[in-house]
Amino acid sequence: MASAEGQQHPLGIYYKIWILLFVLSGFSYAVDFFDVQGGMRWALVILFMFLKAGFIVAIFMHVVWERLALVLTILGPPTVLLLLIGFISIEGNYTQEARFAYMGHDRDAVALAPSDLHGEEGDHGGEEEH
Amino acid sequence: MSEATVNEVGPHEGVTGLVDDWGADKQAYHVPWGKAMMWIFLVSDTFIFSCFLVGYLNVRITTTQPWPPQSEIFALSFGGDPIPLILIAIMTFILITSSGTMALAVNMGYRKDKVKAFWLICATAAFGASFVGMQAFEWSKLILEEGVRPWGNPFGAPQFGSVFFMVTGFHGLHVSAGVIYLLWVAFRVKRGHYDKKGYEIIEIAGLYWHFVDLVWVFIFAFFYLL
Repeated sequence: MASAEGQQHPLGIYYKIWILLFVLSGFSYAVDFFDVQGGMRWALVILFMFLKAGFIVAIFMHVVWERLALVLTILGPPTVLLLLIGFISIEGNYTQEARFAYMGHDRDAVALAPSDLHGEEGDHGGEEEH
Repeated sequence: MSEATVNEVGPHEGVTGLVDDWGADKQAYHVPWGKAMMWIFLVSDTFIFSCFLVGYLNVRITTTQPWPPQSEIFALSFGGDPIPLILIAIMTFILITSSGTMALAVNMGYRKDKVKAFWLICATAAFGASFVGMQAFEWSKLILEEGVRPWGNPFGAPQFGSVFFMVTGFHGLHVSAGVIYLLWVAFRVKRGHYDKKGYEIIEIAGLYWHFVDLVWVFIFAFFYLL
């Protein structure tokens, strides 16, 4: 039983996963650096995020070598969060739509960037209205 | 299968093992109790962070004001044009590096190589401390130069400041606590405190540290990239 004597594995696997995490983080950063936008940005960022999280949990935290009783205790309860995320997304879109429809909020408001603001001295005027 | 056979080959694996472990009125987790307790703590901590992240999801979806452009807000210039998210990228790489040194420390602990384990844990703690230092720098730039406050900011939706400071602050608190915890473990390892008890403690401290890195993976994606 591996876990009774502790998790002993060859060092090679740690080095490989370490390098892989660096590469995946580099890819995540590249998504922003090359300014990928829209659905592709979401897909890539979330893909790299789950790959990184998966390798950390599986290899660095040794979950892949644990017994099923412990694995399910760790990974089982958090899966209900997917339900919460799903419900909040649906409810959130409804709330936002209601605010646009009944509270007169501006659908076309655009965010400001630091470069927009640093030109005009002393005017940190809050949300802009178009 | 008679009981004698089970005793000779050890407990079953897979689903049969699951049923045995839970159904036989005996110890369910075949790991040191400290490790089981650390996992229970980490699962509960997962729920705390998830509550914050789901709260963030909710305000991000419901707000009718545009979300501030993180890529530009977190850009940093080294004399030339600002490079988007560069500080955050460095912080991410530092935390991954610290996870790697921690994984090696766990391995060295089980090899009973006290000196290497001690220095690797110290390196992990040092990377963690530098991460917190960079976060302090990032926060002061955000507060003093960009004028971001928990109740508002010059760029767009005021919720940006509140969720950002809340979640990255709570994560930074975890990193700081982890640094103290790791140093405590490191010095006990060095003094030979675990020579008889065994070195599971390094793996247990390592689980906490990898968890902190894991949370950062999600924060990096949701607060800075998306």
